[in-house]
Amino acid sequence: MIKKKADDKKQWFLYPANLRTKTLVIIALSVLVIVSIFVSGYFIRDIPTSFVNANQMPSLEHLFGTDWMGRDMFQRTVAGLGLSLMVGFIASVVSTFISIVLGLFSSFNKFADELVAGIIDLFGSIPHILLIILVSIMFGGGVFGVVMGVGLTHWTPLARVLRSEVKEIKTTEYVHLAENLGKSKVWIATKHILPLVVSQIIVGVILMFPHAIMHEAAITFLGFGLPPHEPAIGVILSESMHYLSSGYWWLAFYPGMSLLIVVLLFDLIGENVEKLLNPETAQE
Amino acid sequence: MNKNQILKFFGYKLIRFIILMVVVAIFSFVLLDLSPINPVNTYLRGAAVSEAQRAILESYFGMNVPLPTKIFHWLLDLVQGNLGTSLIYRAPVIDVILDKFAASIVLMTISWLLSGILGFALGVVAGKNKGSWIDKAVKVYCYAIQSAPSFWVGMLILMVFAVYLKLFPIGFGVPIGVSSTDATFAEWASRLVLPTLTLSLVGLAPIAMYTRNELIQVLSSDYVLFAKSRGEKGWDLVKNHGIRNILLPAITLQFLSFSELFGGAVLVEQVFSYPGIGQTAVAAGLQSDVPLFLGIVLFSAVFVFVGNLLADLSYYLIDPRIKESEFND
Repeated sequence: MIKKKADDKKQWFLYPANLRTKTLVIIALSVLVIVSIFVSGYFIRDIPTSFVNANQMPSLEHLFGTDWMGRDMFQRTVAGLGLSLMVGFIASVVSTFISIVLGLFSSFNKFADELVAGIIDLFGSIPHILLIILVSIMFGGGVFGVVMGVGLTHWTPLARVLRSEVKEIKTTEYVHLAENLGKSKVWIATKHILPLVVSQIIVGVILMFPHAIMHEAAITFLGFGLPPHEPAIGVILSESMHYLSSGYWWLAFYPGMSLLIVVLLFDLIGENVEKLLNPETAQE
Repeated sequence: MNKNQILKFFGYKLIRFIILMVVVAIFSFVLLDLSPINPVNTYLRGAAVSEAQRAILESYFGMNVPLPTKIFHWLLDLVQGNLGTSLIYRAPVIDVILDKFAASIVLMTISWLLSGILGFALGVVAGKNKGSWIDKAVKVYCYAIQSAPSFWVGMLILMVFAVYLKLFPIGFGVPIGVSSTDATFAEWASRLVLPTLTLSLVGLAPIAMYTRNELIQVLSSDYVLFAKSRGEKGWDLVKNHGIRNILLPAITLQFLSFSELFGGAVLVEQVFSYPGIGQTAVAAGLQSDVPLFLGIVLFSAVFVFVGNLLADLSYYLIDPRIKESEFND
């Protein structure tokens, strides 16, 4: 089925591009948007309040309208997204670390493998949102609680993938050879297994990100963690709940929409990176 | 399927269930015990007491008992069906949970059925007309809804249907000022519509996407090509060769979604102030009601386990191939 698609050489936007270029451009643009949100979110600290301009409809001056204290909702949303991205980032790092350790640990022997499977089952047996609440309560709530709650519970899908990969790699000749040569399990795990699963890890991390961000928003929406004055997306949305019946729809609509777009961007990056890394689709 | 196999299957599942429950119980207990929650402070809620009274309360709540002993007592009580007393409701945890769970189960069952049926139907329609505008619409909808926070979807629905169109009340299980036993069926049902709608709209996305992809795969297989060459076409073709093949995995997938259903219910109940298990869980978590929260975690684990069990069972009961293969054995 190595057949070039007919529209491959067609004019694409400014100049002719093949699928690989398109994929790279999509990835680069999405990353650019996300990085700019993150950076500008970091620099927005004090949003001026002006009670004269309270509860204004979206206009050119205030793209997303203003809230009850006259703060610009666009700035608040960007700041909130920046915060969410940061929480998502830390949580992904923690989760990735756990899943790599557990995935490699499962290569040691049958008992370790069963243990890892058991832990994955245990984490899957409690609804995710309750599990996050449980862990964040354990760490005493607050920002730290939310970060740990989200970080310590998102590793299961990646760990499951790694475990099955590891199982397959363990049947290869060179792993048997290394075992017979008397290499230690840790040596085999880090030198023979880890390099082979790097692409799965990269894709897993990128696909973990949107979940982490959504759960962070959900958990702060429920009232755990971040204090009311922090402009996290969940806090903004739960605040806007009070103004729904007054008809201030923009307070809820735009922040949620921006969150949706960020999540979609991450999905887009993840899918395209997978396309590039997966040898079956990389040559298309 | 003979009796022996059924017994073996259920025996295996029962053992798994017991082990899982014990592990979940210990796990959640240890997590909450490690937390900085002080049960005496929660119980007193800021009331002023003398040091001596505080010491009595501390010994009552067993604050100085070592962890293994606490776990042992907790498991012992659990076996006897005693989950303790809720600190915010001042009632046995089991009563609170059963009461709230009844409200939630109505919400979850209806939206589970609706999302399953609607999702499957949409998936079939999209898969049958691959590449058409209806397929694209379904795809865009599914992508968008899967990336949208479900509580935000609930808020949008609330704004449109309750605030602007004024079709349904804004929230709560029964009207304000009416006790839950006095509410009429219409009052009660009208408050159920919007949360159910939200949960169904959110829940149908994965099943629709799955059905669509599977149907496209089935329709591109050789035996469908052969059926086409025999002259079968249109809806009959999809019905005879497509749906028969994809219905079972779709049902299994729907049973496996119990965990997400519960998570969705937690958020949606919060948005619509629906007095169900999810709202109770959030209240228990926020106000450090440890016994109630532990009870809800255990109950939700049972709920998820039942979903997985039903998914396994659906394979045994529905799939004619498995039945036949075991009959031949």
